[in-house]
Amino acid sequence: MAVIRDFALQGAQMLLVLLLSPLLTGFVRKLKARLLRRQGPPLLQPYRDLIRLMRKEVVLADNASWLFRVIPYFVFAATWIAASLVPTFRSGLLFSWSADLIAIIAVLASARFALALAGLDVGTSFGGIGSSREVMIASLAEPAMLMIVFAVALIAGSTQLSTMAAFMNSPEVGLRVSLGLALIALVIVAIAENARIPVDNPATHLELTMVHEAMVLEYSGRHLALIELSAALKLLLYISLIACLFAPWGLSSPAAGPWEFTVGAVAYVVKLAAGGALLAVFETVIAKMRVFRLPGFIGAALMLALLATLLRFVSGSF
Amino acid sequence: MPALVFDIAHLLAGSLVVMSFVQLYQDRLSALINVFAVHALVLALSVAWQAFAQGAPHLYITAAIALVFKAIIIPVALRRIMVRLGIHREIEVVVGVGPAMLLGIGLVALAMVVMLRVTAEADPLAREDLAFALSVVLLGLLMMVTRRNAVSQVIGFMSLENGLVLAATGAKGMPLVVEISVAFSVLIAFIVIGIFLFRIRERFDTVDMQALDKFRGERR
Amino acid sequence: MVAYALCAVAALLALSPIAVAASAAPRGARAATSLVYGACLIITLILGAIALFALYRDSATTSVVTLPLGLPWLGAHFRIDALAAFFLVVVNLGGAAASLFALGYGRHEHSPQRVLPFYPAYLAAMNLVVMADDAFSFLVSWEFMSLTSWALVIANHELRENMRAGFVYLMMASFGTLMLLLAFGLLAGPGGNYTFDAIRTSQPAAIVAALTFTLALAGAGSKAGLVPLHAWLPLAHPAAPSHVSALMSGVMTKVAVYGFLRIVFDLLGTPAWWWSIVVLALGGITAVMGVLYALMQRDLKRVLAYSTIENIGIIFVALGLALAFQSEGLAAAAALSLTAGLFHVFNHSLFKSLLFFGAGSVLNATGTRDMEHLGGLIHRMPRTAVVFLAGSVAISALPPLNGFVSEWLIFQAILLSPQLPSWGLKLTVPAVGALLALSAALAAACFVRAFGITFLGRPRTPAASGAQETDGHSLAAMVLLATLCLIAGILPGLFIDALAPVVQLLVRGRMPVQTGVEWLSIVPIAESRSSYNGLLLFSFMIVSGATTAFAIHRLASDKLRRGPAWGCGYPDASVAMQYTADSFAQPIRRVFGTTLFRAREIGEMPRPGSTAPARLTVQLRDLIWDYGYAPIAIGVDVVADRLNYLQFLTIRSYLSLVFAALVLLLLVLAIWP
Repeated sequence: MAVIRDFALQGAQMLLVLLLSPLLTGFVRKLKARLLRRQGPPLLQPYRDLIRLMRKEVVLADNASWLFRVIPYFVFAATWIAASLVPTFRSGLLFSWSADLIAIIAVLASARFALALAGLDVGTSFGGIGSSREVMIASLAEPAMLMIVFAVALIAGSTQLSTMAAFMNSPEVGLRVSLGLALIALVIVAIAENARIPVDNPATHLELTMVHEAMVLEYSGRHLALIELSAALKLLLYISLIACLFAPWGLSSPAAGPWEFTVGAVAYVVKLAAGGALLAVFETVIAKMRVFRLPGFIGAALMLALLATLLRFVSGSF
Repeated sequence: MPALVFDIAHLLAGSLVVMSFVQLYQDRLSALINVFAVHALVLALSVAWQAFAQGAPHLYITAAIALVFKAIIIPVALRRIMVRLGIHREIEVVVGVGPAMLLGIGLVALAMVVMLRVTAEADPLAREDLAFALSVVLLGLLMMVTRRNAVSQVIGFMSLENGLVLAATGAKGMPLVVEISVAFSVLIAFIVIGIFLFRIRERFDTVDMQALDKFRGERR
Repeated sequence: MVAYALCAVAALLALSPIAVAASAAPRGARAATSLVYGACLIITLILGAIALFALYRDSATTSVVTLPLGLPWLGAHFRIDALAAFFLVVVNLGGAAASLFALGYGRHEHSPQRVLPFYPAYLAAMNLVVMADDAFSFLVSWEFMSLTSWALVIANHELRENMRAGFVYLMMASFGTLMLLLAFGLLAGPGGNYTFDAIRTSQPAAIVAALTFTLALAGAGSKAGLVPLHAWLPLAHPAAPSHVSALMSGVMTKVAVYGFLRIVFDLLGTPAWWWSIVVLALGGITAVMGVLYALMQRDLKRVLAYSTIENIGIIFVALGLALAFQSEGLAAAAALSLTAGLFHVFNHSLFKSLLFFGAGSVLNATGTRDMEHLGGLIHRMPRTAVVFLAGSVAISALPPLNGFVSEWLIFQAILLSPQLPSWGLKLTVPAVGALLALSAALAAACFVRAFGITFLGRPRTPAASGAQETDGHSLAAMVLLATLCLIAGILPGLFIDALAPVVQLLVRGRMPVQTGVEWLSIVPIAESRSSYNGLLLFSFMIVSGATTAFAIHRLASDKLRRGPAWGCGYPDASVAMQYTADSFAQPIRRVFGTTLFRAREIGEMPRPGSTAPARLTVQLRDLIWDYGYAPIAIGVDVVADRLNYLQFLTIRSYLSLVFAALVLLLLVLAIWP
């Protein structure tokens, strides 16, 4: 009985992240538009976009290979799995022990590897621009993310996300310098990984300013729909990760009753909205950086995360 | 409750170190002055918290001095110097941002090792705050060494003094007289440097230290 | 057990003269190829089976066979204990795969009589190194291994760069053997007892142990490819025929790791606290430098050779962690680190061999190794592309394949290291962790580049557009290795448990038993700390991907149409407009290469009205070669010039030199206490 309940909860989590992510993207877009004194698209527009794209015919380049056609499904599957394993309204999901935070990051890295290959597949310059810049950003953002994981894992005593979230929610955690440094670094890495301003512009159509958009330039129809959905899922994943590690209040524990569930769910929606709002404000006040200023920016995240880990190694009270 | 006090003190001291790193990262002069103002603000908050934690009300005055002089008056003065001298440019660096940050991390590690080994039997709060303070001092020195623009060297010197103030408050009981005299001597040094900058600028039309070396008549 | 193995090795050695005879016969080249490689395949499979059997039985009473060869008062001792058994599995699995691959690939060899005699001897030598139980047979087998591989490196002697590669390789190999000779001399001590049993029981003084450790690190490290002793590896590995390159990169470097393990972990006893810092630092630097070098290369095999250097760095990081934990007596953590290192040894031999086989197939099909001349091979060689992709995903440490599991285990070991009290380690380990994470991300970039530029896109030259698919034997070898990569990735618990006897022998501790864990996960330390389930991840990916595809195709749309690629309005974009290998690496080269390689891009534009071409040149300098190796070469030249006068002395001078030497030796004998 308990097993069926756990299965149902894990399934509910998977469905929840899938359904909420376009709403989150729509919310961020609407808020950005309003901040720029525009009306902006309706909140549910991303859903309509996805359905419209799914129904369209795919136009494939002449020399696109089978890899090009398989990659959107792989990217979607990998991102969906990673997003389902991050605690949202409840920690201790059924399959949370199958992948800890390092494995989740590596699954996202596989998705990025596949997307970079897709950029190279058609054999035009645009895909090459996107892929080469994406791997440069990844070569700095991924070590930064791993060092953040180290810093937080050394405080929480585990790399299992449920255990980490539970520890962060308990009174033993205290205000630590390493956590502050890790938070700043995680925000920078989240911006870099989700292709947001100042790292990349998700709304641009100029090749020279694209990173993510250039890699997926040749995709159309249902393939493009899956890739956009994966991008939305990734944004949801990162905001949920920041929320469950650094703002875990309201997260219900595995042995909780229905009241705690609802509190957890409501808290989660509030956190998502807050995260989306902060992202929209941040994207509006700052300009996109030149590509070769990015290594300095993301390198700063790597340095902060390295400092956080170093402090943890040096003394237990940092 | 004491654990929370401990943690907040640590957090503020750590934020001071982070602000030093942010100073190292800047490459525009006006942004650097703003970051220095925030640096002094964090110092003021840290000293005020130490006053609350140790129950030493004279440290509140130190915090007020830091706030008024270092966070308000000196940045405003620096900005006016910047405008009068006409140096709105970027800061020329001797060592790039990446290597400078790496060196900074190495210096922080060095400061940690030295402080935590040397003061093995002292009070843990004081020890770790001293370690952070030494880091800020070393990072201030690093800034002075790796920047060619004179104004940025002045800011490095100021942030070094901030680190000294942090160390002194952390060590439980810096007499007010010492603090006031230190603050005044820094202020006077600052005024003298400012006067010199104007004279140098009048004579040589630049405050770039490397360019000034050519006028010394010696080859490096 | 050992006796059977030695018989198999003797059979391998006997193949060499047979190969000479067979390939000398007219029209016998093809038959000789099939005969030699087929026989090697069978014999290495037998040896691998013997080794597996020895590993599973793990009897404490391992037999020693003493042959009356070599030094008369010593004989030649051979033993297969758990450590030797594991490395024998690695060597023979690599050898079997290479032999299977060569059954197809070897037919394209244009001078097989230069390759066939040395190949079985090379395999035999590697087996003998691992089985040797005394210093003399170890060193003789080690040198034999170097010499046979040198002969294979210069097999295609028409190319001058191959001869240069062979020369550098010979120099470095001699250096390595000299270091190991001195190390074993120190270990044997004044008593001169060279058997490993005697060395194990003797307790060297601290200074002797430190010196031995340094010499062993230099000797084994130069063979494995640790920076700064790596310079021969990217020259020699690409020069050899592809199946030999796979053996050199995938297997011989592991034999060097075996040498290091045997001397430092087994023969030297408890390590000192500072040894681990040296190994960790060297490993971390090697990992990052290796992959950065790889990103700057255009030659596909050179990319793979530098990537080998990176993975050796990762292995040495794991071994350094094991040393650190062992010097503090933390057996469980040492077992975790050592298991991670050994698992990476196994994984790397699998996917590196696979990648070299792929590169060999590409070389055969197109005639070139230069990535800038390839492209679009996924359409012409679809099956090779699939297995090369599998190898690339595995080496980039991506789940659900095996590269990720060993890197994950190393990260878990790093997370255990705050308990180490030494300050040097407290500062080194986080830095090395950052270097390791950086090398993993850069490796993924490197293999996106290697696979993408070679196989994806459009063909850049007629050679690439005319490529043919690889033959059956080569494909079979590659598919076998790819399947093993997948199995090691989704069922890592089996391999971790198989490594337990080896780890038990070296650090007297082991990881928790993995076979009982539910759902086939692996739990390296404790259930609450971390766990990983490759099988579940893999099945989820397959199931969710397939259901999504099915659902979308049924419910939404499955229509598809072909059209030209987006050309920004320009008609008929030429093939040269796509990204090249150098342009793909440009952002990374600019970030990391400006300081480390003095990378500069020089553009020469012709004056207006001139019809000369514009030229963009990328200038790189290998700083380690320029400041490390070149001065030595110049110094040797200078000294040789100065000493040249000794060639032209009179007879009286020569006689006086002989006389002086004799008097000096008699003086030494008189004074020696």
